[in-house]
Amino acid sequence: MLRRLDKKQPESFKFSAKNLSWARKQLKKYPDGRKQSAVIPLLFRAQEQEGWVSKPAIEVVAKMLDMAPIRVFEVASFYFMFHLSPVGSVAHIQVCGTTPCMLRGSERLIEQCKKKISSNPMEVTHDGKISWEEVECLGACSNAPLVQIGRDYYEDLDEAKFSNLISNLISGIKPLPGSQTDRFSSEPNGDLTSLKGKVEEEKNASVSLFSHDFGKKKRSKAKHPAINLEDKPDA
Amino acid sequence: MLKDEDRIFSNLYGMKDRSLKSSIRRGHWDDTARLMKKGAAWVVAEIKESGLRGRGGAGFPTGLKWSFMPKYQESGKPSYLVINADESEPGTCKDREILRHEPHSLIEGCLFAGFAMGAHTAYIYVRGEYIRERESLQIAIDEAYDQGLLGKNAASSGWSFDVFVHHGAGAYICGEETALLESLEGKKGMPRMKPPFPAMAGLYGCPTTVNNVESIAVVPTILRRGSSWFSQFGRPNNAGTKLFCLSGHINNPCVVEEEMSIPLKELIDKHGGGVSGGWSNLKAVIPGGSSVPLLPAKICEDALMDFDWLKEQKSGLGTGAVIVMNNQTDIVKAIWRLSKFYKHESCGQCTPCREGTGWMMRVMERFISGNADLAEIDSLLEVSKQVEGHTICALGDAAAWPIQGLMRHFRHEVEARIKANKNSNIAAE
Repeated sequence: MLRRLDKKQPESFKFSAKNLSWARKQLKKYPDGRKQSAVIPLLFRAQEQEGWVSKPAIEVVAKMLDMAPIRVFEVASFYFMFHLSPVGSVAHIQVCGTTPCMLRGSERLIEQCKKKISSNPMEVTHDGKISWEEVECLGACSNAPLVQIGRDYYEDLDEAKFSNLISNLISGIKPLPGSQTDRFSSEPNGDLTSLKGKVEEEKNASVSLFSHDFGKKKRSKAKHPAINLEDKPDA
Repeated sequence: MLKDEDRIFSNLYGMKDRSLKSSIRRGHWDDTARLMKKGAAWVVAEIKESGLRGRGGAGFPTGLKWSFMPKYQESGKPSYLVINADESEPGTCKDREILRHEPHSLIEGCLFAGFAMGAHTAYIYVRGEYIRERESLQIAIDEAYDQGLLGKNAASSGWSFDVFVHHGAGAYICGEETALLESLEGKKGMPRMKPPFPAMAGLYGCPTTVNNVESIAVVPTILRRGSSWFSQFGRPNNAGTKLFCLSGHINNPCVVEEEMSIPLKELIDKHGGGVSGGWSNLKAVIPGGSSVPLLPAKICEDALMDFDWLKEQKSGLGTGAVIVMNNQTDIVKAIWRLSKFYKHESCGQCTPCREGTGWMMRVMERFISGNADLAEIDSLLEVSKQVEGHTICALGDAAAWPIQGLMRHFRHEVEARIKANKNSNIAAE
């Protein structure tokens, strides 16, 4: 698939102070002379900061990693998670459309996107807030159909629930991710067929991390700078 | 059915306390150093003895793979363990549960595996989309460092060991081990020619072993409970317990750990709550992720979920991802959607795959409505044979097999559509 840089590019790009220090720590994960390894994480952090990957961002990352800008662009254009043009500022909804999701109704979710957001994928609404696209298998097939929004998965959707989710996003509410039925994670619905026993956690790991980001902050700081990500980006 | 006490992943759904303290209470990190004191050769032998075969799809014996790693004295270079957490085979969602809910089984497994092959560093390559899962894993790694279970003298074993989390950005091809290494080196994820195999020249040109998440996460329990405990499950040559992912037209889709060689019907009925509309409403099952050919209902009746049984039926266990399709499925469309997936994910390096996946997808698309000639079925199969086996990596094969499986078992249905379409064209004239 042809992927090109957006025609409208910003003048410059700069990592926020927090993201810059995060980026420098990433380099310590790799052996001397192998900084290039950090190219995907750095580009992705740039995207999380700006919403998309611009030419100046590519150039900044290239400089930090001693790479030719074309080598960084090559990476940005190869991997589909990099948006080479702006997406919705509140939400970019990525609907999984591969067979396991299709069998459970993802086509109806895509219809909702066309109806409520835009008839074409990657087209941002007039207010710049929402956009959508169909993506390939997100790897949560036992919770199909699902969509990814930012860092989170919204699972076990149906047309009505999804329509509701879009309405919420439009009005500025980001609902709790995870299963949108009353499943905890990927266990069978209803009675457990294995691993019965007391439920000790409130939510599954993915959903509780969402709550950490948007609710009370209490993440511990580990002692190892190269390892500890403390990794909420400045967006 | 497997008993809970024989399940390796006792917190698969994340319902129990996920902290390190609680993981230790469930048996993780128990006596790690004592087991390591038995020596690297013992670890490799024990894993070989257990009969563990790689859980990422190919089913290569894990212990044997480790034994290909040269000694440091031979290569003069550091060795690397790389964990393939780029789970993206459609239908597969098992490693996700390990990353977010059982991270300590993976981290401790990395220490054992790294020690066994002489590596002091592991990289865990997590698919880009699994952001929360990556965070969850990182939290567990931080906890392990804080408690001295990783780092210098990891778990008081005398072995220094670091684990780093890395991630991709949405490319199925990076699940191929050499593409993954390219990606980890900061390049496009295009597979390398083999040989040299990663054990000789892998990450940064150094000896490297790439293992699937599940393969490594079961290692600590195997070492603790013994190889014969593990090998008692499943038929010979298909040992162990396995995570299965059930999706598609079943009442209760789920991820569940079961014994290898469990009958497919039992798996679907006991854990999945049965086929939507009942077993008699079953049309076909893809038993091991999108790359393996489907099985029609007739064969599903007796199917055993293991490497050898499914291979005999010209399918495969793959990743253990069971995609169920009932009689309401448009099966041609379901397979076309997989063709679309492979077309999207082809890296473009080899011509047969780059051109072939798009060509196959377009023909399959016309088959959905029957807008084709009968002769095109054979030409599609012929093209699929030209793609299969003529590319650097197995993505070409993976694109060909679902189509071949469809034609093997449902050719009559494709033919009927083409004929019906022809008739309606004539009637319209």
